[in-house]
Amino acid sequence: MSSYHLDHLQYLETEAIHVMREVAAEFERPALLFSGGKDSICLLRLAEKAFRPSDLPMPFLNVETGHEFPELIEFRDRRAKELGVKLIVRTVEEAFQKGIAQPTPGVVSRNQLQIPVLLAAIEEFQFDCCIGGARRDEEKARAKERFFSFRDSFGQWDPKNQRPEIWNLYNARVNPGENMRVFPLSNWTEMDVWEYIKKEKLEVPNIYFSHERECFRRGGQWLPIPPPHTDATKPDPYAGARPKPTDTVKKMVCRVRTIADMISTGMIESPADSVDDIIGEVSAARVTERGTRADDKASEAAMEDRKKAGYF
Amino acid sequence: MPHSQHPIELLRFNTCGSVDDGKSTLIGRLLYDSKSLMEDQVEALEKSADITGGGQINLANLTDGLRAEREQGITIDVAYRYFATPKRKFIVADTPGHVQYTRNMVTGASTANLSIVLVDARQGVIEQTRRHTYIAALLGIPHLVIAVNKMDLVDWSQARFQEIRDEIEDFLPKLDVFRDVKFIPMSALNGDNVVDASPHTPWYEGPSLLAHLETVHIASDWNLNSFRFPVQWVNRPNNPTDPSLHDFRGLSGQIASGIIRKGQQVVVLPIGIKTTVKDIWSHDGTLDEAFCPQSVTLCLEHDIDISRGDMIVGIENLPGRNAELTARVCWMHQRPLQPGKKYFLKHTTQTVQAVVAAVENKINFNTLEAEETNAPLGINDIGTVRIRTAKPLVYDGYGTNRLTGSFILIEQGTNLTVGAGMLNAPTEAVKPEYTDFAI
Repeated sequence: MSSYHLDHLQYLETEAIHVMREVAAEFERPALLFSGGKDSICLLRLAEKAFRPSDLPMPFLNVETGHEFPELIEFRDRRAKELGVKLIVRTVEEAFQKGIAQPTPGVVSRNQLQIPVLLAAIEEFQFDCCIGGARRDEEKARAKERFFSFRDSFGQWDPKNQRPEIWNLYNARVNPGENMRVFPLSNWTEMDVWEYIKKEKLEVPNIYFSHERECFRRGGQWLPIPPPHTDATKPDPYAGARPKPTDTVKKMVCRVRTIADMISTGMIESPADSVDDIIGEVSAARVTERGTRADDKASEAAMEDRKKAGYF
Repeated sequence: MPHSQHPIELLRFNTCGSVDDGKSTLIGRLLYDSKSLMEDQVEALEKSADITGGGQINLANLTDGLRAEREQGITIDVAYRYFATPKRKFIVADTPGHVQYTRNMVTGASTANLSIVLVDARQGVIEQTRRHTYIAALLGIPHLVIAVNKMDLVDWSQARFQEIRDEIEDFLPKLDVFRDVKFIPMSALNGDNVVDASPHTPWYEGPSLLAHLETVHIASDWNLNSFRFPVQWVNRPNNPTDPSLHDFRGLSGQIASGIIRKGQQVVVLPIGIKTTVKDIWSHDGTLDEAFCPQSVTLCLEHDIDISRGDMIVGIENLPGRNAELTARVCWMHQRPLQPGKKYFLKHTTQTVQAVVAAVENKINFNTLEAEETNAPLGINDIGTVRIRTAKPLVYDGYGTNRLTGSFILIEQGTNLTVGAGMLNAPTEAVKPEYTDFAI
């Protein structure tokens, strides 16, 4: 074998760097969606590799449901500061106040409500492109998505009429009001992400590692018990997402495999407390990572329907 | 960057063939038999089988991820799948069979090392077989597998297999040369010769499909000749705190071909100035050399005005430079390619305006002959066209360089990607009036 040869991680890395530089060169006002989760952590390192020694040429954007793990928020804010990048946060709560979004009666999860908040933020800042950490191996509607995924002026994805994407020639042209979502990690698998985190010695929020936590059983998942409701002047944001007296509650040694918010993230029982342990777990896993996501369990087309409406 | 240990290679392949040839079933079978499926995926399959499939698990549901695809039982868009064996990692593009989705097949195949063309053993070679084999050849995919599927339905007849093989070998010489072509008899539905060798084909001595995918030689698929570096982004820090970066001016991009070393002479095109590579910068430190397809940042000896779309090349084997170009174009939109109409043409890292001056010929997929015509190219047509660009392109023939020899056409106004083009080799290399850089 020739010594001028890239292994699979180096190949995925150079492909992703190329995509990020295309974004910087072709768009006027791009943003990078940074949640503090493992995939967007890889995006940050790739952005450093693509643009250093210059400043990263785009702000970070995050949409909060208000149900986040506090550890994730702390990590997100700190990383943005360390990298010297402006972090823009928009919340579902603010959107309620402004009347952009309405709570769905009987539904506690605000997963769907991130859509209008994201679209409003795109409009507010006139972003013409958002880089996201989605991967095609996560879910089968995502498996159909392009690196450069076009959204019309309503933020909608039209899976039947996607622009053909040939070689590494990405068509980045959008008209005013339209938008592009760009996914540099399209070809990465869950395993690739962890191998990259190991190789690059990237810090991840500690909830990815094994810890003790009280959880309760619902919908076939172990969900974390939300923080206590302290401010009695306001309604409980977690009303309906707390264990009922009949629910099984258990103190578990557990960690997250994928992070949504506290309402949509199933905890997995695991003693893995290092990246090596996690890699071992992923390679032996018998369910996909989104199998622990309550938001995907709704129906076989749950992700496709949300993406058509403007989801990440 | 030589490796001390044997790296895990990545093989990208796509599957194509006509509707109902069993492409999605084949991929489902590869994933299922190589134990790449997870329990919740199997559970989702079984759930949909109970509701819609009368209890029969449909392996195609694994890749047909869109509602409309499951409703119609066909593949509409390219679906990408990922799996790994201890020997290799794989990216699979499952590309649609319907004629109206040929553009998606081009999409899936353009980045592949290997193409699998499925043939239904009962139907034999049909127009779609020729079309897909032709496209794989046109796109310069080095490795081809003809999977003769549904062999169980022709009683595993060696004569039938040979008949199909003969017919394909008859037209292969008309196509651009594949590095290797393999014929494999199989039943994707039952798993014969997909992962494990089949007991039904004692007359077949070759490997199973997976065994072939794990061992086919792909290390030389990247082009390490003739250095080409399209400048993608100019890297110039604003107000750096590190004083050594005050004069930093880097040219960022992905190496399209060849190898570059620190201290090596290069030519900047189109202006034609010769200079030297001072540094190969990367976030992990400076490098002594870099090669295709690495993404790096080059610093040059002289401060030359260079921007996105320019190309830095080695001083030998120079590319061509012309505004009058001939290319084979695959057309991808219902509105036909209109001679005289202006399009945007994206080539490497630059986008220029272009006009199609004339259509010279069009491929007839029954005969695989190029037939002279001056009619516009319709959707899914492939033909030779002459193009004039508003600014000369620095380019190579697609046959020698897939990345500097390809372009896409974008319709103005709608911004749709309407065509994919492969440039003919330039008739002569650029002859820059070398002014060695002097102040």
